[in-house]
Amino acid sequence: FYLTPPQVNSILKANEYSFKVPEFDGKNVSSVLGFDSNQLPANAPIEDRRSAATCLQTRGMLLGVFDGHAGCACAQAVSERLFYYIAVSLLPHETLLEIENAVESGRALLPILQWHKHPNDYFSKEASKLYFNSLRTYWQELIDLNSGETTDVREALINAFKRLDNDISLEAQVGDPNSFLNYLVLRVAFSGSTACVAHVDGVDLHIANTGDSRAMLGVQEEDGSWSAVNLSYDHNAQNENEVERVKMEHPKSEEKSLVKQDRLLGLLMPFRAFGDVKFKWSIELQKRVVESGPDQLNENEYTKFIPPNYHTPPYLTAEPEVIHHKLRPQDKFLVLATDGLWETMHRQDVARIVGEYLTGVHHQQPIAVGGYKVTLGQMHGLLTERRARISSVFEDQNAATHLIRHAVGNNEFGAVDHERLSKMLSLPEELARMYRDDMTIIVVQFNSHVIGAYQNEE
Amino acid sequence: AARMFLRLLSDIQWRAAHPKWRRMTQRSTSTTAEPHPVSLPAQAQVVICGGGIMGTSVAYHLSKMGWKDIVLLEQGRLAAGTTRFCAGIVSTARPVSIELKMAHYSNNLYQQLEQETGVQTGYMKTGSISLAQTQDRLISLKRIASSLNVMGIPCEIISPKKVLQLHPLINIHDLVGAMYVPEDALVSSANVSLALATAASRNGVQIHERTSVSHVTIQKGRVTGVETDRGRIQCEFFVNCAGQWAYELGHSGEEPVHIPLHACEHFYLLTHPLKEPLSSNLPTIVDPDGRIYIRNWQGGILSGGFEKNPKPLFTEGRNQLEIQNLQEDWDHFGPLLGALLRRMPGLEALQIMQLVNCPESFTPDMRCIMGESPTARGYFVLAGMNSAGISYGGGAGKYLAEWIVNGYPSENVWPLDLKRFGTLQSSRTFLRHRVMEVMPLMCDLKVPRWDFQTGRQLRTSPLYDRLDAQGARWMEKHGFERVKYFVPPGSDLLDLDHSKTFYKPDWFDIVGAEVKCCKEAVCVIDMSSFTKFEISSTGDQALESLQYLFSNDLDVPVGHVVHTGMLNEKGGYENDCSIARLSKRSFFMISPTDQQVHCWTWLKNRLPDDSNLVMEDVTWKYTALNLIGPRAVDVLSELSYAPMTAEHFPSLFCKEMSVGYANGIRVMSITHTGEPGFVLYIPIEYALHVYNEVMNMGQKYGIRNAGYYALRSLRIEKFFAFWGQDLDAFTTPMECGREFQVKLDKGMEFLGQEALWEQKQNGVYKRFTMFILEDHDTDMDLWPWWGEPIFRNGRYVGKTTSSAYSYTLERHVCLGFVHHFDEKTGEQLVVTTDFINQGEYEIDIAGQRFQAKAKLYPFSSLFTQRRRKDEVELSGYQRE
Repeated sequence: FYLTPPQVNSILKANEYSFKVPEFDGKNVSSVLGFDSNQLPANAPIEDRRSAATCLQTRGMLLGVFDGHAGCACAQAVSERLFYYIAVSLLPHETLLEIENAVESGRALLPILQWHKHPNDYFSKEASKLYFNSLRTYWQELIDLNSGETTDVREALINAFKRLDNDISLEAQVGDPNSFLNYLVLRVAFSGSTACVAHVDGVDLHIANTGDSRAMLGVQEEDGSWSAVNLSYDHNAQNENEVERVKMEHPKSEEKSLVKQDRLLGLLMPFRAFGDVKFKWSIELQKRVVESGPDQLNENEYTKFIPPNYHTPPYLTAEPEVIHHKLRPQDKFLVLATDGLWETMHRQDVARIVGEYLTGVHHQQPIAVGGYKVTLGQMHGLLTERRARISSVFEDQNAATHLIRHAVGNNEFGAVDHERLSKMLSLPEELARMYRDDMTIIVVQFNSHVIGAYQNEE
Repeated sequence: AARMFLRLLSDIQWRAAHPKWRRMTQRSTSTTAEPHPVSLPAQAQVVICGGGIMGTSVAYHLSKMGWKDIVLLEQGRLAAGTTRFCAGIVSTARPVSIELKMAHYSNNLYQQLEQETGVQTGYMKTGSISLAQTQDRLISLKRIASSLNVMGIPCEIISPKKVLQLHPLINIHDLVGAMYVPEDALVSSANVSLALATAASRNGVQIHERTSVSHVTIQKGRVTGVETDRGRIQCEFFVNCAGQWAYELGHSGEEPVHIPLHACEHFYLLTHPLKEPLSSNLPTIVDPDGRIYIRNWQGGILSGGFEKNPKPLFTEGRNQLEIQNLQEDWDHFGPLLGALLRRMPGLEALQIMQLVNCPESFTPDMRCIMGESPTARGYFVLAGMNSAGISYGGGAGKYLAEWIVNGYPSENVWPLDLKRFGTLQSSRTFLRHRVMEVMPLMCDLKVPRWDFQTGRQLRTSPLYDRLDAQGARWMEKHGFERVKYFVPPGSDLLDLDHSKTFYKPDWFDIVGAEVKCCKEAVCVIDMSSFTKFEISSTGDQALESLQYLFSNDLDVPVGHVVHTGMLNEKGGYENDCSIARLSKRSFFMISPTDQQVHCWTWLKNRLPDDSNLVMEDVTWKYTALNLIGPRAVDVLSELSYAPMTAEHFPSLFCKEMSVGYANGIRVMSITHTGEPGFVLYIPIEYALHVYNEVMNMGQKYGIRNAGYYALRSLRIEKFFAFWGQDLDAFTTPMECGREFQVKLDKGMEFLGQEALWEQKQNGVYKRFTMFILEDHDTDMDLWPWWGEPIFRNGRYVGKTTSSAYSYTLERHVCLGFVHHFDEKTGEQLVVTTDFINQGEYEIDIAGQRFQAKAKLYPFSSLFTQRRRKDEVELSGYQRE
């Protein structure tokens, strides 16, 4: 079985999406030029999700990848809902009031987010009302709490993560009279999802991470080479601090059973996650909800199963670790990706491949003659070379696609091997998961000129 | 960097010239910083907006013609827009005759301008060389050379070796020939503009810089004034010379004036001087196949071009960001730089000074825009120069000034008239797409009958899809899709669509078959694009007004159709139409497709302001099917159960009748070809039905579809003149053998009557003549197109206006005008029938002359014994 290059391309490009930040009349110039995103499924259906949106009532842009496990329900819900929670957490008191008043009097709502979605990225229509009500309760509480202080992004991110996870848990406990919704909220709560979210506003980049997806900054050194800077810590057994944290939160007696075979309670790879109420609720609560739940839930062995050595829940949290980074002109791009990428590729290679890709396409840094002494012949040579580079090097128009091509198709010499690509992509569904994981990548490109200008202002 | 450059190109003359009008406008000399020392006048006769080459040229010529009360407003500084960045090449090698005349006049004007004004214009007669890399290109150059020569402009086709003698840097190995125009020149365009402004200002024109026009006020269809950021000026005439901003300015007022143009970025390169600086009289090189031009510039070169992938801009109007982004784009310029180095490899080591990015405005048909707005009287426009502003500037300004002062220019400027466009060409999307095609076309080879590819399928007949499915190949006129011919099933379609040739085209046999069918059986041509008006009144107003506006007698019995000219005061054709008298008080008028705006405006401006007299444009309401051929009678009578023979339905007759199930079809016994047949004017909802019925019924008579190429061949072999091709505002019925369409004695005065009387008494100075090419080999020789010089006894007497192959005569037929120039003085003399008949004629096709037989009347005898229905006089018929 052999895939032709066009077939390979159509598989790789099926989910690609690009967004270019529109330019405005000289003002409000964004530090983000745009982003490319893509995902390649290994599970059927894919359990990864991605989101991107521009905040309309505050400044900044949100981007995130979500790696689901035990189904895609939780990742789907988080991908739909988390950005609203973050946006609301960031809103000033007056805007919250305005929104609440609008809802109260049935007027049109201020748009909060502008989504940048691939046609395959869907939102659940059925649950929107339920989700909206939970969100509204959240902002009503925020209004009541009015602290009068300006919102700190770090705090907003942490609050939003925790609140959403809390709502997911609560909705599952309360249930819903509509049986479809009732089953949905339970599936959301019993499945899990990691989240790695970036908030970019000017030179302020915040990464909020829960779980083992990763954010990485691509930095161009003065000599033009590329290096990678991690902007998140993986929450898994390889992270000593994280193991330490888990151990601190539970009695010494559980120390041995807490982390087994590099998994939480011997079961879960990520040490932080949304959903996964099996690692959060008490045994009584789990039993009660499962028993009163619909049959599908009751008959499901996984949901009924109580983790071994389950003594002092919760064992799991959705609280993110937030890292703040001030963008510098040499910070050219940010890669957010689920562990599917990081398992196959070293971050240093990721930085180099994306960096070279972007400068290759982007070498369109316009040439200016300025005061230099350039002859017609030299210029002609230079231009010919630039043209040759564009046309030959890249068949991808999307940095994320390009990265996936390398991640899946790289041979031992670090070059894309078509035969390998073809094999990896034509694996039957049931085998695919053995050789690779779902892979979701967002590559955000920064506008160095704008960042430089910000820096000079400060 | 751009600012620094301004100074480079404009030289120091700016400052030298400046005080001259500063004094005139009483500006205090020490207040350069002070923005507006002189207040605007409250009123003026003419306000010109735009201080570029166009605005200053109009001001110059108006003031020369004795008009003094003129104000010129410029939003920035004089000559600071496109004019400043213009490459300054004055080139007369233009394919369109009126453009050629404008460029020739400009050249002469600029040459003496320095002497006249004392402002240095940098005028330098360098000559220009247009290179041909292919034989086809050489043919197109030869055609231009022919028309330059007969105008008395020196011009020769030269060999590659000669090119090398004239310009030592050129690589000639890939050239097949070139055209040398020794009198072409270079100028500093900004300084030409300043010189014109200086002269105008001496003649009393007030010039105000840093004054922007916000909008023009129009009341009751007339310009009343101009609102500026410094107050209002009342005026009678407004001239929009705002260059690439002309569109926006036109749209700024309450009543928009549509000026269809769109800007594109245009790049050219400046270099430092060569080691041995180039001489300033080195000829300018135009290499259209390489898409570039190269001129000497301050010892180095200036070279730009028209790339295949232009960058349109300001689609959404003036935009600060786009203005800021107008920077050098070397990657974009790369292919042109490659072409430059291929042409002049010796320049490799030459140092770059700058790549200049200066937007140019382009129009939908590559011709500039001038004339009066159809909606606002007194609102004149001169813009959209398609990057030839400096070449046209002088002549265009002159014609527009004449237009304003006299009411009409001294030459036929219809090809440039704003009224050739309607609102339909005013969509920004259309313009953006079209100019992206137009800009590369500046350099593309244009073969006969080329057509635009963008902005198509805008106006279509309801039968479009049906015809398309049957193999129709389309061309466009005034936005309307019209069929050229039908490709028979089984032909190689792709091949046909790509044929581009100056020789016998590959549709030759296809059209031949269509013509044969028109002659022997019956064909259907969809002619829905024709402009159709209805004019009616409650009383006799319609008849009375039309009798004054048209030269033929329209007081005919109801149901008759009259061919008539719509003439101007000088007896020239403003329009040529067919008018059917539908009832005593209503008339149905059919004119050429591109008359929609012009004819409407002409009539609207001249019909009395009477609410009981109504004119309606019903073009869109009717689909027109032209049934041509001897069996049309049979098809129609079978479909309508009505006798259609000449006794019952004479020629030039019009009747509403039913065809198939559909009622109310206007059937007219005219075909616009001289062949027997009918045109059916069908309310559009019946179009498909009637078409289907006609095609079904027609089968047994051998009916088939046909296109305009067949129609053309038919009408030209019958010596039928078409308005817009053969006839124009400077041609009278007397000059084209149509005296019978004029009723000088119809008992009432009509427009142009006096001029026609005079011509009748004193004779005409040109005569429309038909030429049959004698020694022309249709298979081997270049085909005539139009614009070929005509020679009588070896002397130039005029040009052809249209041509076609006559499948009946098996010869090419050219139509054109013969003049009689005095051998010594060149003065125009009366052309008599004897003069025409007693000459030996030759037609010059791209430099090669073919013998031609001249005829003043068509070969009626050759076309069987059938009566020539269309031209039958009507007087014999009884009133109903």
